[in-house]
Amino acid sequence: MNPEQILFFLFGAVSLIGAIAVISFRHPIYSALSLIVTFFAQAGLFILLGAHFVAAVQVIVYAGAIMVLFLFVIMLLNLGTLSAKGAITGKLKGFAVILGILLAVEGVYIAVKGTKPGDPAVASAETATESVNTTTYSIGELLFDEYLLPFEVTSLILLAALIGVIVLVKRETQEEN
Amino acid sequence: MPLEYYLVLSALLFTIGVVGVLVRRNAIIIFMCIELMLNAANLAFVAISRSLGEASGQVFVIFVMAVAAAEVAIGLAIIVSVFKHQQTINVDEVNSLKG
Repeated sequence: MNPEQILFFLFGAVSLIGAIAVISFRHPIYSALSLIVTFFAQAGLFILLGAHFVAAVQVIVYAGAIMVLFLFVIMLLNLGTLSAKGAITGKLKGFAVILGILLAVEGVYIAVKGTKPGDPAVASAETATESVNTTTYSIGELLFDEYLLPFEVTSLILLAALIGVIVLVKRETQEEN
Repeated sequence: MPLEYYLVLSALLFTIGVVGVLVRRNAIIIFMCIELMLNAANLAFVAISRSLGEASGQVFVIFVMAVAAAEVAIGLAIIVSVFKHQQTINVDEVNSLKG
């Protein structure tokens, strides 16, 4: 086992355990903290894949901004005291788990069988040449050149979300007054 | 590492997210599971981007993150306003459109 493989299995195991912890803890705060662990492990995987910029954005945006929002809302609503029954039980739960196992088998089957060796489109990540530019520079170049229109549309989405959130919360306070 | 390892990991993370959405009834945890699924998709994007040797996949990851941020902001605002109306965020109890 070379160091890359060891790191892959380490980060992969941590992200899987974190993900399972997210859906099994009863208290939302513990779930949120487990989710942060998963996000950090995935940032490590991104670094292994040579995507340093994406890894940095993952830590800053996901593990930073989004999770702060989650934790803020959990603490604002003081959810820990009232969410005693947080999960379905009995037959429904068994059904959901069976469906999940089926989906996992399908996904793994597609991931293994769908990537035929020799197909240039699915050459193993190991054989990808290091000289290929996946640096921050080339991402920026793509983002502001080839994907300029989607980039601008993304800014519109963020603006719409901003206005939507203000409207949603403002209406509430007016009704209370 | 071969591409398949990353794709299998991505599929497993996505499945955990789906099971979480099916099993949990707390709206905030359902949102976290949606984030898990988006992250699994991001992992597949980056792995295939690396395997193809071009950066387009990573650009799409940036877009997915922007959409996820917008979605979380709006979703949590909805959760807060639902909670103000009904004092619960259990999705089985929140079943009326007109609060």
